[in-house]
Amino acid sequence: MIRKVIVKKSRTWLRLDRSKTVSSPEHTQDLRQGFEFASQWRLMWWKFRKHKLAMIAVPVLLLLYLSAIFCDFLSPTLPTSRFADYKNAPPQGIHFYDKESGFSLRPFVYGMKMEMNKETFRRQFTTDKSKKYPLHLFVKGDPYSFLGLFPTTTHLIGTGNPDAPFFLMGTDSLGRDLLTRILYGARISLSFGIVGVLLTLALGLLLGGLSGYFGGFVDVVIQRLIDLLICIPTIPLWMALAAALPQDWTSVQLYFGMIIIFSAINWTDLARVVRGKMLSLREEDFTLAARLGGASNLRIIRKHMLPSFSSYIIVIATMAIPSTILGETALSFLGLGMQAPAVSWGVLLQDAQNLQTVAHEPWLLWPAAFIVVSVLMFNFVGDGLRDAADPYK
Amino acid sequence: MNTVAEDTVVLEVKGLTTHFHLDEGVLKAVDGVDLRLKKGRTLGIVGESGCGKSVTSQALLRIVPKPGRIQGEIWLRRSKGDKQGEVVDIVKLPDKKKEIREIRGGEIAMIFQEPMKAFSPIHTVGDQIMEAILLHRTEDRKEAYRLAVDTLVEVGMSNPEQRMNEYPHQLSGGMRQRAMIAMAVSCQPAILIADEPTTALDVTVQAQVLDLIDGLKQSTGTSVVFITHDLGVIAEISDEVAVMYLGKVVEYTDVDTLFHGAIHPYTKALLASIPSVSRRERKTRLDAIEGRVPVPMNLPQGCGFYSRCPKAQDGVCNLADIPLVEVRKGHSVRCLLVDA
Amino acid sequence: MLTYISYRLLQMIPLLFVISVIVFVIIQLPPGDFLTTYVEQLRLSGSDVDASTIIQLKAQYGLDLPLYGQYWVWIKNIILHGDLGMSIQWNLPVSEVIGDRLLLTLLISVISLILIWIIAIPIGIYSATHQYSWLDYAFSFVGFIGLAIPGFLIALLLVYFVFNLTGLSVTGLFSPEYEGAPWSWGKLLDLLPHMIVPVIIVGLSGTAALIRITRGMMLDELSKQYVITARAKGVSERRLLFKYPVRLAIHPLVSTIGWTIPALISGEAIISIVLNLPTTGPILLKALMVQDMYLAGSFLLILSVLTVFGTLLSDILLAVVDPRIRFGGTRS
Repeated sequence: MIRKVIVKKSRTWLRLDRSKTVSSPEHTQDLRQGFEFASQWRLMWWKFRKHKLAMIAVPVLLLLYLSAIFCDFLSPTLPTSRFADYKNAPPQGIHFYDKESGFSLRPFVYGMKMEMNKETFRRQFTTDKSKKYPLHLFVKGDPYSFLGLFPTTTHLIGTGNPDAPFFLMGTDSLGRDLLTRILYGARISLSFGIVGVLLTLALGLLLGGLSGYFGGFVDVVIQRLIDLLICIPTIPLWMALAAALPQDWTSVQLYFGMIIIFSAINWTDLARVVRGKMLSLREEDFTLAARLGGASNLRIIRKHMLPSFSSYIIVIATMAIPSTILGETALSFLGLGMQAPAVSWGVLLQDAQNLQTVAHEPWLLWPAAFIVVSVLMFNFVGDGLRDAADPYK
Repeated sequence: MNTVAEDTVVLEVKGLTTHFHLDEGVLKAVDGVDLRLKKGRTLGIVGESGCGKSVTSQALLRIVPKPGRIQGEIWLRRSKGDKQGEVVDIVKLPDKKKEIREIRGGEIAMIFQEPMKAFSPIHTVGDQIMEAILLHRTEDRKEAYRLAVDTLVEVGMSNPEQRMNEYPHQLSGGMRQRAMIAMAVSCQPAILIADEPTTALDVTVQAQVLDLIDGLKQSTGTSVVFITHDLGVIAEISDEVAVMYLGKVVEYTDVDTLFHGAIHPYTKALLASIPSVSRRERKTRLDAIEGRVPVPMNLPQGCGFYSRCPKAQDGVCNLADIPLVEVRKGHSVRCLLVDA
Repeated sequence: MLTYISYRLLQMIPLLFVISVIVFVIIQLPPGDFLTTYVEQLRLSGSDVDASTIIQLKAQYGLDLPLYGQYWVWIKNIILHGDLGMSIQWNLPVSEVIGDRLLLTLLISVISLILIWIIAIPIGIYSATHQYSWLDYAFSFVGFIGLAIPGFLIALLLVYFVFNLTGLSVTGLFSPEYEGAPWSWGKLLDLLPHMIVPVIIVGLSGTAALIRITRGMMLDELSKQYVITARAKGVSERRLLFKYPVRLAIHPLVSTIGWTIPALISGEAIISIVLNLPTTGPILLKALMVQDMYLAGSFLLILSVLTVFGTLLSDILLAVVDPRIRFGGTRS
């Protein structure tokens, strides 16, 4: 149901004259000329629009999720393809200008030469300016099936030459392209946030709702359960439960196993908020009015209570996404989460655990940059949503 | 007017404005208010919620919340301290300095609407009353304690010694308001501002509190500014009345004239909306005022009551701001349709 | 007050019981019991275990009994003898393995907690009283970063940048000469400079969170009526600030101490793995990896019990400072 609110001349009117009655979803007033309707969601959007960081974060997140969905097409190779000649190769730059051939509209990358450093006996790569590999769009490359449905060999960008190096973010110790692996890793890491929060949300709504609506014995049991879960330090508990997952599980099983673990631990916050909200809404005059009007319990919950705190739920869910993403990342980073053939940002960061490797191959920290950006962006959006959640304020 | 002590003006407000500069525009909560308070008299300020009466009272002490900005003149005749007898403009006093703080609580004290919220919940009642005494009357804690207990006795608090050590949530609503009044009068201020002190109370307790304030006024010669939306309370307690609408005083007169010879359409409408037991035509409906108070932001030119006034005339009332005109001695009205 | 404390203590008993059951279940989750793993491991290393030792161990941990019997033996050993079980990985009693490490974890967590309060509360108060000033924005921004980026990533990046710029490694808690040495003044002095980096990283997100909460609470309190009352009494701004809103804003924060400590210990667990600290984190991870479940379970149990007591302490503290709770009044 759309909460109708009357705005006169400007919406500022609403922000100033916020009274109890206006916040009731059943609130209606006589309409006159010069009054304009705005739904709750539109008011929230107006408020959200003012949060500049959130407005920047939304397109960034969209971009991240789109590239996670279309990662197979966007990435130059496959996450498992190894380039035996280019192990631990540093990132290459894209060039438009070359001393000999001058400026060219088509970007290109230089070749790479491997040398042995005579002092440290480490293999090092240097740019080989004698070789130039122009970049093309929609090049043929390793075969894959687009979105898991359509077999194809077309990749968005590449050199078209299977032997030419094209590693915008470098390679790992097995010679796999890091950019490709990060793009594929985004699928697991970013989806984990959403799926994990959805399950948490379901649990939290159910248990918090039961607790708040029925009260009494149900409430006591659920509250004690929450108290209990809060007492056990989260990360060690995650670690213990994740370690107990059978070692012979497939990646998909592990993925869902971890999601279940996260939700089983994290539903408490949400349940508490839902319960608190339910309790206070139960006392609101408009709920009483609906009850006196003969509305059934279900109708009161659906028509009066849910619309009143759906915005809060959205805010809390958004705020929970980054910590869920981080949870997966942290566990995988420690070796307790997703395991090797699967690629997630945490799995990729495992390579960067060792100080020596990070010192020599700092590009292995690229996944950290992606984690930080997505987590920050989600926080910005959550912040903006929180400001917008109560548009009457 | 200085000859007779009773007629001494202790507080004179001229062209007081309080504007809130918000993102959305300028909110003119108080927009040109003139008031005059005489010694030992009670000035009632009455109006609907949102008319600016509370902000006016806060402006008198310069405690308007941010981002409110006060302009105009508030002339106070100092009753205490080195500058006793001098007349100072409160608006011009430097902020956060000693002089304004001496006036706050010491010479002008305030009683707030909701004593539960106006007291700090984690300090004892005694602590909060003594705080004012320690600031304005004595620095000796024992003496302050004695004065605080005396004041509690004065306001009719039972078991005053015990109440001193209790927290606000342990008192009943009426007791809290008595404690609030004790806190205000504990420093023997020359002016007492009561901002809707009875609104949050039961009717029986209301009467007690009104009696208390009136009694204190009689015994100490304090002047009172009494803010309320309740015309019944006004009739009972005020000597003079200012009716406020949209940040402006629309009618200013003594209490008798207000109830028997009000001129401004808004005042008339207010009076007509009082339910009365003795009303003869019991069958007729109560006269409510159409519409609601607009928000004082980006208002059109002309009379503020134009949109709700039954006598409004296009081309007359909505052209320019209406001046406050003295129609008789001591009776001013802000309306063009009234014969001067 | 005494009734309140004893009531809370009584409440803890069922809580502790359920926690111990959960931990026990987690210990039992991996397939096989620890004895088979133990014997297997000894066999791999070449030394055979004679049957009498096995029987003795079986009796000691009640491994022949049904699950509830095993739980009973396990919890009885802990409560009566302080025996947390054997670590198969170290071939030592668990209590010997964790002693020092637990101490260091607690030390880092408690120092972080103190630092968090010392730093965050004044900043939070400043930010609230100087809302929208550039410093407020600066603190908000730093806070945002501190909240958004998890400690282990910050640790990882810090280790990299420090090494890159200075060639120093900031990992570990002791210089090599003190690593295995018994406690001495020299070792303690050596520990202090090594603790700076872990304490900062462990405390960062907590500080950011507390600044944010303090600021929010203060803004809430500053707009309350009692502040205006105090101002109307002629109280000076500074005195007013510290007597009323600051005290009222800090009260609810006191009750968060109980939750902050487990969060700090949690965070420390991962950070210590990255920084390679000789605290509980790395050993818990290793124990989980090789399914040294008595060791892992003991950590979980001890950390949870500490949290329960931490919460109790903060609740008592809150009751001490807040009369509304002490006298059972309503909170408005």
